[in-house]
Amino acid sequence: MTMTTDTIRIDDRDIPFTPGQTIMDAALAAGIYIPHLCHHPGLPPSGNCRLCMVKIGNRSTAACITTATAGQQIRSDTPELNATRKTITQMLFVEGNHICPSCEKTGNCKLQAMAYHFGMLDDHFPQFYPRRELDASHPDILLDRSRCILCDLCVRASRDVDKKNIFTTAGRGTQAHLIVNTPSGKLVDSPIAKTDLAANICPVGAILIKEKGYEVPIGRRIYDWQTIRETGLQEQVELKNKD
Amino acid sequence: MSPRQNHFSPSTQEHLLHRLHAIQHDCLHISRESVQQVAQEFDLPVAQVAAVVAFHSFFHTQPRGRFDILFSNCTSCGYLSGEKNLLQLLCLQLHVTPGETRADGLVSIDETSCIGLCDQGPSLLINGLPITHLDDNKVVQLAQLIALETALPDWPSHWFDIHHTIHRQDWLLNGSPLPREIMLKALDIGRNNTLAMLLQSGLRGRGGAGFATSSKWQLCREAPGNARYVVCNADEGEPGTFKDRMLLTSYAENLFAGMALCAFVIGAKQGFVYLRAEYRYLLDSLQKTLQNCRHQGLLGNRILGHTDFDFDITIVVGAGAYICGEESALIESLEGKPGIPRIRPPFPVTHGYLGQPTVVNNVETFIAAAHIVYYGSETFRTIGTASSTGTKILSISGDCTFPGIYEYPFGISFQQILHDCGAQNVQAVQIGGPAGTLLSPAEFERTLAFDDVSSGGSLLIFGPHRDLLSVHRNFARFFAHESCGFCTPCRVGTPLIQKELDAIAEGRGSAYTIEELQQLGHLVQQQSHCGLGHTAANHVLDGLRKFPQVFSQHLLPHFTARFDLDQALASARHITQRDDPEAHLSND
Repeated sequence: MTMTTDTIRIDDRDIPFTPGQTIMDAALAAGIYIPHLCHHPGLPPSGNCRLCMVKIGNRSTAACITTATAGQQIRSDTPELNATRKTITQMLFVEGNHICPSCEKTGNCKLQAMAYHFGMLDDHFPQFYPRRELDASHPDILLDRSRCILCDLCVRASRDVDKKNIFTTAGRGTQAHLIVNTPSGKLVDSPIAKTDLAANICPVGAILIKEKGYEVPIGRRIYDWQTIRETGLQEQVELKNKD
Repeated sequence: MSPRQNHFSPSTQEHLLHRLHAIQHDCLHISRESVQQVAQEFDLPVAQVAAVVAFHSFFHTQPRGRFDILFSNCTSCGYLSGEKNLLQLLCLQLHVTPGETRADGLVSIDETSCIGLCDQGPSLLINGLPITHLDDNKVVQLAQLIALETALPDWPSHWFDIHHTIHRQDWLLNGSPLPREIMLKALDIGRNNTLAMLLQSGLRGRGGAGFATSSKWQLCREAPGNARYVVCNADEGEPGTFKDRMLLTSYAENLFAGMALCAFVIGAKQGFVYLRAEYRYLLDSLQKTLQNCRHQGLLGNRILGHTDFDFDITIVVGAGAYICGEESALIESLEGKPGIPRIRPPFPVTHGYLGQPTVVNNVETFIAAAHIVYYGSETFRTIGTASSTGTKILSISGDCTFPGIYEYPFGISFQQILHDCGAQNVQAVQIGGPAGTLLSPAEFERTLAFDDVSSGGSLLIFGPHRDLLSVHRNFARFFAHESCGFCTPCRVGTPLIQKELDAIAEGRGSAYTIEELQQLGHLVQQQSHCGLGHTAANHVLDGLRKFPQVFSQHLLPHFTARFDLDQALASARHITQRDDPEAHLSND
C-alpha cells in the first residue's frame, strides 16, 4: 500500500489526519487505540503518563503531544512497546498506595483497567509506600492523594472546562503532589462542585464523590464488562457529541 | 494581546523568585500566609505560588535555622569527598539531625546538589555564602562560631575566599576585547554581517548539545512574534561544573556584550541572565558590572547612539533546581512557574519567554560570540576540528593534582587532558557530569568534540581507589532528587535505579538486579519527557557496559530478597518493645 501525502501510518494502517491534529487524536478518530491515562479527548494534552509512547523510526515519542505529519511511519502495538507500557503501569502502582480491593473506584478505575489490558500480574517493583495527605474537608468530594497518579486531568478539567482553576501539581520527583488553589490548601474552601468535570474525571480513586458507595456492585462495573481499549475509543465519540 | 508579566510585582517590579527569596531570608521560611500575601501582591493563583515554593530546594515551608548550612553532596566538592563525613561531624558537634532545624532555631544542616566549588575541596553554603576547603578542623571551628552565635561578618574572612585557578588559557580566555569595542564592531558591520560572521565561525552552543549558534539566532530573528528575548542560561548545575563561576566573575562584561550582540541581531529589547541560586554571592558584582555597562551606553536606550537599538538585561536568580538548566524549564521558571520542561516542539527559538521567540544560550557561548565578532571568525575557525570549531572551557576536578579550569581546543584527547592535570592511574572519567559519558581507560584516546565526546564543561576524575559503585549511587540519588516529577518514567524510574544500586551495595543484589538496572535504564532513557530523563540513566548503562565488575563483585550467587527480613521487623519490635531472640528472623 502506498502512502498518500495526507495520511500517517500506524502499525499497518494508513489513517487520515487533519492539520495540527496529534497522532493520538488521529488514531482515536480512526478507531485505533493507543493506551493512555493522562489524555482525555477535548482537553489539552499533557504528555506525563507516557503510556502512549510510540516509535517513529528510532525515536520514541508520546502520541498525545506529537503532531501528525504526512508520511509518518508509527509503530504502536508492538510487543516491545506494550512491555514498556506494562512496566510504566507497574511504576504508577508502586509509587502510590493503591488499595484496589477496598477502593470505591475498583472496577471503574483506569489504572486497574490498564493493568488488566497488559496482563499485569504483579507490581514487579518494590512499593514506595509514600505518606500523602488526605483531604476530607469537602462535604461532597474526597481527595486521597495516596491514590493519585499525577495525570493532571483534574488540573486541566478545572482550569479549561470548569473555569475554576482548583488544582495544580507541586513538588519535585516523588514529592510531586496535587495541591488545591485555596489559601488553606483545603478543598472545602474551593468552589468545586460535585458536578464539575474536575470532580469526575479522575481515572483512579484519588478524587471521589462522597456519600455514594458501591452503587454498582463489583462484578458489574465498567471494566467488568468492557476493556479500557473499548472505553478509550468511546470517549472520543462522547466528547465530540458534547462539543 | 499583551503577554501577562505578573511574575514581576506590579508595585516594585521585583521578580517572584526574588520576592520569595526575600521572605525566606527574612522569615527563614515561607509560610502559608506569606504565600497568600505574595499571590495577592502579584495577582497570581495561590496554588501557583505554593507550587513554585514547593519546587525549589532553597525555599522552605518550615523555618530553617538562623545559620542555615547546605553541604554539597557532589563527588568532588561534597561532604564525603574527603576522608571524613563532614556533614555528620558538624551535626554531632551541634546536636543537629540532618535536614531538621535544631529546636532552638539556631541552626539547620542539610545537603544540596553540587554547588560548583569542585576545585576548592569539600564545600558548603552558609546562609548562601560559600565556605571552601573544609576539613574536620575547620568544621569544629565552624561549630564553635555557630554555638557562640558569631555573626558571619565576624568569621575569618578568608574562609569565604574563592580563588579561580585557571591552568590553561587559550583563544577565549586570552582574549580581552573591551565590550565597547565589540559593540562598535557589530554596529559597524551590521546585523547581517554579524550573523554571517558567527555562521562562518562554526560556533556551536557550549552547553553540550551543540546547536549552531548562528542558526539559533537566525531562526529566532525570522520567527513571527511581538517581541524577542535573549536569555543567558547561567544555571550551570551539572555536578562538577564551575567554569561559569569564573566566567561570571572575570568575563561578565563580555557576556553582557555577547547578549547585546544577540539582541542587536534578533531585534530584542529585553534580556535575562538566569543565575543559579548557588551562585547568588556573585549577584552584587554582576549588578555592578551591568550598571557599569549602562553608564558606558552599552545597555539601555539608544545603545552607543543608535536610535533603533534599545536593550537591557535583568538578572533573575533561581532557587535550587537542576532542571531549570533545561532551557524550556528555565523559561517556565522565569515566568514564575515551577520549572517543568515544556512540550517541544515548539522550541524556545519560536515560542520561548511569554510565548515569544527567544534565544537561550549559555554563558560561554555568548562570550565566544562576542569574541568572534571582535576578532573575526578566521582564527576561531582554524582552532579545534572541522565540526567542533574553537575552544572549550573545562572544569576539572576529582582525583588529580591540579583541579581547576582548563581551556582546550576541541579535538584534544582525554589522555592529554589527564596528563596536564596530573591525574595518574585513572580508573574512570565522567565527561559532562552525571548526565554525560563515563569513559574507561581504553577510551582515553577519544577526543573532546561534539561528534566524539561532548561536554558542557564538567570533567570528573576517579582515581584507582575510588569506589565507582558509590559514585553511581551518588549520581542516581542526584537524578532522583532533581527529577521534576512530571513524567512517570523519570519520576518513578530514577528512584528505582537508586534503590537497585543501593541493593547491590548493601549485598542484596543478584544477577537479576543487573538485568533490572539495564531495563530500567533503557526505559528511563527512551520514554522520559525531557533531557534530564533521557540522560539520567547514562551513567548506569555506561557503568554496566564498561565496568561490569564494579557491580558484579557485590552480587550474591543466587536470588535474594530485596529487603532484610530482620530489619523489616524493627518497627514491630519497637512497638511491642521486644528484642528477644523470638522477635528476630534470620535472612538465611
